[in-house]
Parts: sequence; C-alpha cells; structure tokens
Amino acid sequence: MAQGKVARVNGPLVVAEGMKDAQMFEVVEVGEPRLVGEITRIEGDRAYIQVYEDTSGIRPGEPVVGSGAPLSVELGPGLLGQLFDGLLRPLGEIKEVTKSPFIKRGIKLPTLNREKKWHFVPKIKKGDKVEPGDILGTVQETGLVEHRILVPPYVHGKLKEIVTEGDYRVEDNVAIVDMNGDEVPVKMMQKWPVRVPRPFKEKLDPTQPLLTGVRILDTIFPMAKGGTAAIPGPFGSGKTVTLQSLSKWSEAKIVIYVGCGERGNEMTDELRSFPKLKDPWTGRPLLERTVLVANTSNMPVAAREASIYVGVTLAEYFRDQGYDVLTVADSTSRWAEALRDLGGRMEEMPAEEGFPSYLSSRIAEYYERAGRVRALGNPERFGSVTLASAVSPPGGDFTEPVTSTTLRFVRVFWPLDVSLAQARHYPAVNWLQGFSSYVDLVSDWWIKNVDPDWRIMRDFMVRTLLREDELKQIVRLVGPESLAEKDKLTLEVARLIKEAFLKQNAYDDIDAFSSPQKQARIMKLIYHYNQYATNAVERGIPVKKIADKITVVPDIIRSKATIKNDELQKYDELENKLKAQFDELLKEAGA
Amino acid sequence: MESSMNVREYSNISMIKGPLVMVQGVADSAYNELVEVEMPNGEKRRGIVVDSQKGISVVQVFEGTRGISPVGTTVRFLGRGLEVKISEEMLGRIFNPLGDPLDNGPMVIKGEKRDINGEPLNPAVRDYPEEFIQTGISAIDGLNSLLRGQKLPIFSGSGLPANILAAQIAKQATVRGEESNFAVVFGAIGVRYDEALFFRKFFEETGAINRVALIMSLANEPPVMKTLTPKTALTLAEYLAFEQDMHVLAILIDMTNYCEALREISASKEEVPGRGGYPGYMYTDLAQTYERAGKVVGKKGSITQMPILTMPNDDITHPIPDLTGYITEGQITLDRSLYNKGIYPPINVLMSLSRLAKDGIGEGKTRDDHKDVSNQLFAAYAKAVDTRGLAAIIGEDSLSDTDKKYLMFGDAFERKFVSQGVNENRDIETTLDIGWEVLSILPERELTNVKVDFIKKYHPAYRGKK
Repeated sequence: MAQGKVARVNGPLVVAEGMKDAQMFEVVEVGEPRLVGEITRIEGDRAYIQVYEDTSGIRPGEPVVGSGAPLSVELGPGLLGQLFDGLLRPLGEIKEVTKSPFIKRGIKLPTLNREKKWHFVPKIKKGDKVEPGDILGTVQETGLVEHRILVPPYVHGKLKEIVTEGDYRVEDNVAIVDMNGDEVPVKMMQKWPVRVPRPFKEKLDPTQPLLTGVRILDTIFPMAKGGTAAIPGPFGSGKTVTLQSLSKWSEAKIVIYVGCGERGNEMTDELRSFPKLKDPWTGRPLLERTVLVANTSNMPVAAREASIYVGVTLAEYFRDQGYDVLTVADSTSRWAEALRDLGGRMEEMPAEEGFPSYLSSRIAEYYERAGRVRALGNPERFGSVTLASAVSPPGGDFTEPVTSTTLRFVRVFWPLDVSLAQARHYPAVNWLQGFSSYVDLVSDWWIKNVDPDWRIMRDFMVRTLLREDELKQIVRLVGPESLAEKDKLTLEVARLIKEAFLKQNAYDDIDAFSSPQKQARIMKLIYHYNQYATNAVERGIPVKKIADKITVVPDIIRSKATIKNDELQKYDELENKLKAQFDELLKEAGA
Repeated sequence: MESSMNVREYSNISMIKGPLVMVQGVADSAYNELVEVEMPNGEKRRGIVVDSQKGISVVQVFEGTRGISPVGTTVRFLGRGLEVKISEEMLGRIFNPLGDPLDNGPMVIKGEKRDINGEPLNPAVRDYPEEFIQTGISAIDGLNSLLRGQKLPIFSGSGLPANILAAQIAKQATVRGEESNFAVVFGAIGVRYDEALFFRKFFEETGAINRVALIMSLANEPPVMKTLTPKTALTLAEYLAFEQDMHVLAILIDMTNYCEALREISASKEEVPGRGGYPGYMYTDLAQTYERAGKVVGKKGSITQMPILTMPNDDITHPIPDLTGYITEGQITLDRSLYNKGIYPPINVLMSLSRLAKDGIGEGKTRDDHKDVSNQLFAAYAKAVDTRGLAAIIGEDSLSDTDKKYLMFGDAFERKFVSQGVNENRDIETTLDIGWEVLSILPERELTNVKVDFIKKYHPAYRGKK
C-alpha cells in the first residue's frame, strides 16, 4: 500500500509525494487527523488527492496512507430509515459520538452497526450450488422490506456451510462457499466500489408506470419504473417539493433520497415527517422504505461529488434483490459544480462555462445506471432503478451546460416554470415544454387497469392546453371578446383543466396524493364538461351563460381536496349534477 | 485548528500581489494557519495561509498589502488558526471582524476563542423551524411568513429601502405568546459610513442597542475584512444561540459587497473564474455562510438569518441573488415600480417566497384560514397583474367584467394590504382581515382556493351574520 507525505495543500486538493504504489481512485488517509480522500491523478510518485473533509491545519510533511481499495460502501441490513452523509457515515451515530451539534472532521464510523443482530432465515441448504446473486437467506429489516442476503458478485461454487435460522451480526459469517477448493466466507454485509455499476443479467425495456400520485406527472408526462427524469427549474419553482412528493408517494419499494449540496433543513424535514407519513400503497411509515443521504451545501465539496454515486450504488443493491427503487437527487447541478471546483483546482483545461470537458460523459454514466433488469442469481427476479434528479440552472436558463446535457440522457422532462410558481400554480411543471417518452409504454397499463378511455381523455387535455396557448396569443392582440364562442369555450375548458386537474396542493392531506382512479375520475368530469358545453355552444348558447349557469364548476375544482381516494363514488354526484345543470340550461334556452 | 505548533519566523518574501504575499523557505505552514506580518516600522498585520507547499507558503493579508516591502518584513506563522474571542459582552457593542472594538470601549476579556469558519451543522441534530415570527408586516406575515430558525434574505435594489425594512423587522419581530425579544447580531459588510450611522441611530432611538451587537467593516476596507465580517457575526450568533440559549436574529447587510470581495480575492489568486467572473466555488462559500442558521434538538436558542443583498441592475438572475435563492429558504424581493408608486414596504409578493411558511401557519399556529387566504391572494394577484398587462394592450374597456374586478383587486391589494407605515405593527389577525377585505372585491365564485367554510366564517359578506 502506498505511503507518502503531504507536499501541498490547496483547499480540498492535497498533493502527496512518495506515493509509488498509488492507484487511481484509491482511498487514502491524509495527515494527522486521517482525513478521507481519493486519488484523482498520478504524476510520477506524486498523487493528487481530493479530500472529503476540511483541510485546515494540514501541512507539508504530514503522512498520507493508502488503503489499497477504491471508494466503497457497505451494503447490508441497517441501511433503511437511516440518515447518512455523502460517504455513507451514519449522521445519527456521529451525533452521539461527537456530543456536539456540529460535524467534526476525521470521524470514522462504519455505515452499518456492528453490534446489532438481525434475524436471518436461510433459504438454501448445505450442498446447493450457488452463483452470484442467489438468495442465501432473508432478514425482515423493517415492516415493509424483506432484506434479501445475496451471494456477492464473483462468488460461486458449492455451499459448504450455512447457518441455521437465528440472530446474527452483519460481520458474522452466515455461509461458506467452496469456490474451486477455496473456502469463501459470506457475511450479511458486502462492500461495493461506488463508481462501478453492479452487474445484472440483462437490461429490459420499462413497461410499468411509476405512479407518483401527482396528477400532471402520472397522466400528462408519465414516468416508468426503470426510467430517467430531470426536473430543472430556477430557485423557488418547486423542485424540492416535487422531489419530496416523488419520494413520499411514488409506488417504489425503496426510495433513496440524495440531498446533494442542498439545504440542511430539507433533510431534517424528511427525517421528521417520514416516520409519521404513511406510504399510500402499503399503509406503513415511509421511513421504513427510505434511505437518506445528506451532503448539504455547507458540507465538504468533494464528498458531494461522491454522494451521487453512493446513492445509485445503494439503489442497484436493492434492485438486485428484486425491488423497484427510486433514487431522487437534489441537485445534480451541485454535483456538476463540485466537478468544476475540483477540476479547477487540478488545473484542468475548462470547457463550457468552466465545467470540465468530461461533464457530459459523467452525466451519461450516471443516468445509464438506471433501468429495469433481470437480476443475477436464483430465483429469477426483476428489479429497477429509476433516477429522478433536480437540475438547478443558473438564472433559470435551460441552455446552460448541465441542463442541456442532462436533457440528452433522460427520457422524461419535467421543466418547472417560475411564472406558474409565482402564481402559486403547483406543481409548476410547464405543460408546453415537458415531455415523456413513456406515454405509449404505459398507456396499456392505464387502459387495462383504470379506464378504457384513458388515452383519449389524456390526449384531449393535452390538445386543449396546446390550443389554449395559441388562442392566448390572439387574445393578447385583440382581446378575449372578439374570439369565436367555441374558442372561448376552449379557454374555459383549459382553465378547468388547470384548476381542477393540474394544480395540486402537496401540503393538503387529501390532495397531496391522487390515486390513478381519482385522476381518471377528475379527467372524466372535465371531458364530459367539454362534451356538454360544446353541444350547448353548437346550439347557440354563449359561453358566458354556461359559466353563469353551471354552478357545479367550483365544486369540481375543489373536489381534488374534498373527495378522498377511497370515496370516489362521490364523483357520481358531481357527474349527475353536471349533467342535470346542462339539461336545465338546454331546456331554458329552448334548444 | 487542532494541532498546535510553535511560532516560526521567516523573512524571505518572493512576491506580493493584491492581498497575497508569497513566502519562501517555509517547510511546514499549515493550511489556514494564522500569520502575523510585521513591517519595519513595527506595524503588525494579520493573514492566513491559503496555499501551503513544501518550501513556499502563500499568505493572504487581511488588512491589505499596501506598504509591505519584500525587504525588512518579518512573517510569523503563529501555529494556530484564525480565532476570535466571542462573548455575550459583545451585545450593545461594535466590533470589527477580528474582534477589535470600534466603539472606544474595552477589548472583550471574558469569552471563548472560536474559529470563525465554523463547522457544518449535523443535519441529524437540526430541529425543524415551526414557530411563526410576527414581523408586523402584512406582505411578510400574511404571504411569506418567517419562522424561527429560517434563513430568509431580502433581495433589494440600489436605493430601495431594504435597511429601513430590516430595522423595522428587527424592532417588531416577536414570537406570539413569548415575552422575550430577539437578540440581534448585525453583520455590516463593507457598508457606507452613512449606512452604519443609520443602524446605530435607529437602535439607539428605539432602545434596542443593548440587545444588538454590530460587527462591521466599511466600504473602503480591504476585501478580506469584508469576507470575514459575516463569519465573525455568525460565530457570535452561534455562541449566543447554542451556548447562551438566546433567540438570535442575524442580519447580514450587504451580501453583494461580500461576493464582490470574494471575486476580488479570487482574481488575485488567479483562479479560473465562473459566471460573471465570480469564483466557481461561490455557491459553496455562500452556503457555508447561509447554512449557519436554524434550531438544534436539545438547545433552547435559535438563529434566524436575514441576509440582505442588492441585485445589480435589479436583475434577479445575476449570480449573487441567483445563488443565494438556491441556498436560502425563500426570499423577500423588493420592487422598484412599487417603490415609485409610493408603496412601503415595496415588497413584490409574487417574486417573494417563504419555503417554510407552510409549517408555521394555520390552525393552532396563526389562524385556521391563513393557508387558504394566502393561496387565494397569490393566485388572485397573479391574475390581476396578468390582466393589467392585457389591459395595457387592448384597453380596459375590452375586458370582461370579471377581469375588471381583478384590476380593482390588484390596486386595493397593493394600497391596503402591502402598503403600511414604517412604524405600523399589524398583528396577524389584522393582516388576514385586510386580506379578506380586498378579496371581497372579487366575485365569490372566483375564490376557489379557499374552503367554503372559511368564506362563511371570514368573508365580509357573511361575517357577523348567523
């Protein structure tokens, strides 16, 4: 292992000399306080090290010791429900050790608790042939998640020994595999280098929607399990709230929330609310399925760079167990800025806006770790990693390098619009700019499971919104009164779509989560309103009169926050009232 | 700095540039080590090591390098980091960011030496802000509520009355049901002398000076002093909040001066510039300042932070307000056109936001209708502003009746709800009642953001009737 001495300290960059055996991306300990760092360049016997902690007080001559291994994380029971920093150090335990509200540097605490015992149930028996990814046994880690203990990649052979059902620590050997005569012990915990994607059998096309309970996301720009999405928006447009909605309500088995260079209080918010909030799909506390990785903006910048890879590695680990995993990262712009900061200190040649030239390949590598896969091992299982990331473009300019590069590698685009946010239209997803390339893939699911007319109604809403945009340009020139009646109706229907369907209050107990059935019911009401009103307009009734007489409209708008997901029969009343009021209107008009 | 070393002296200066001095032959200077530079005439200045290499050390001098010569100057490496003595004695006093008194009073004697760079708060110990602070200002309390432990900046423009607003908030801010006032730590960063006098006078007049500490650097001081100002102010705030159990309101004015000082120092270090010439690490640097706010589980005190910045050319997309908005928990934005209309405080509510407001308002905290009224006012005012734009093109007469009501609402909202006196302290009930009053201009069917029950309870048309 490499052993050298500090030659230079410049912020998070330390240069060490005498590092003959150093490897690229090897983890090293720097200086007397043994700060964690990673080798990012080697010149002769000089190693350039990005240090994950504050380097104040480090001076030339202090020792630098290599570990011989790349940056790796511990995977095993004990991850769920915990808050970690960007290197997966447990922040809750750090608090106990430091006895201080502040994070002291140089702290070394393992990710997984070494003392805690987990109840292991073996699933295969002595003498069985095992290959990588086989389920050795299970641990019921939380009420919600059965943690499956897998044979690590690269281990195969004959099972020489396996423990009986009982309580074990993560470092206890639970099995011994005879691998060509070598005895390889297997523990519940395994390690994996974060920058290397975990292996799988094959990658498949996504087929199922990843339902989020957010109407505009599910119906207009649907996400698929194993898909990729970017949420760019200027500050105050609601990126974080949208990501929090995703992490709370989406139909994923596991959620990894990576706070990458964002606010401390936001992580506290999740940590505080998740134990109380119930997963709408299972009724269990959300924290049971969540891992929080927090590298807030004021924590060291190099660890921020690593936190993204840590998050996606955790996701892949649970995917390999056969689960659908959602990783949300807030925000990848802060990660890109960390790349720029470190690149600048290494005196690399900058490309666009000072970002390093490898920015786009790094972004591509990250999103390519998403996908639905057939996992290694037996029994056969499918799992997926869905990646949804916020992007924070400077000044809200979507042409800047991080946003424009990200757009090339994601298949769902949920752009947030500050003018919608200012009018408190949330989620402020711009329906004209957004896109999803999964609409066709998930249509079948909606048609089969929710409503046979789903696609027709959805496309009607999209068409109406597009038409509204054209009409608005005309209104800006000639005023609303000179429009034809049927165009006035389009404006009215578009208003209804926005108020009753697209707008959704993430902080309202009822409105925050809309079941797919409820989404379809609201959509159907609007669709019917349009049918009835078009008929009335064709019979010469002015739109103004329709607006005055159809008094059920405010009730339709409020229904998202008054009708619960389990009392959708109340929509029948609204349907009836709507029809009755139109019948009345036609009768009065003598049409 | 943990490891303490001996004092080492060198005199081989090879280069002086901007605030930087390069010293040769130094074998073991620590990164961020405190340095004393002694000139031949006996004058002493302080600095820190910003780049430490074997044999070379680059020192950044706080008070600037004017008058320093490579010949005859001694550089002493002090073997410790930059620490300032912090104490509750600093309340009622004025200091520079190095802890030297600026008010002819004595040095701080009893106190604790602290590294002013601070350490990151562990997210696991943070306590989420949820206590509503009543500032007495409707546009803030009603629509962009400030909570205890929040960081909420004011985005101002040149000549707009941000300092008057900040002073009014500092004077009026209370948490309902509690007697104690906030202790105020003012970090005045590179301010003009008249601004410094304004704050001093304001607090002397209102009798607040004994709960206010002023950490100040002036506009004509070297850039390093400006970058140290908020750090020292927040170190004091952390001490008062987490050691002395005080609720602290930290006001930093003007962060634009801070960022410009940061850029000047970065340029002299020949770093690769980012957007607008500001250093690429400015986001992280600002975050290390702004994140020094909040509440901690098990501690009685708290830090509520209100940084104030000037948007160059009123441009909210300029890197300084832009990066700030990405870090802080919302922003209060001042608007020149409202100011020109004679409206004080000229708060543009649509451009303003309090991210945490949702957790501190509503039933049991302020009033049950608060969230709904706030949503409705936002939606209606946004529509009013939109309609104004339309009316400007096609003429008011071509508008529909409903749209005309929106125009009336928009004016009433600005003149009655937003506008108020410099000494007017409205409680939250008054604020919400004014909100209902202006909303009642609109037809009732437009009020779809409020629950029907609240309309029956608070709408002037029903109020008092059974």
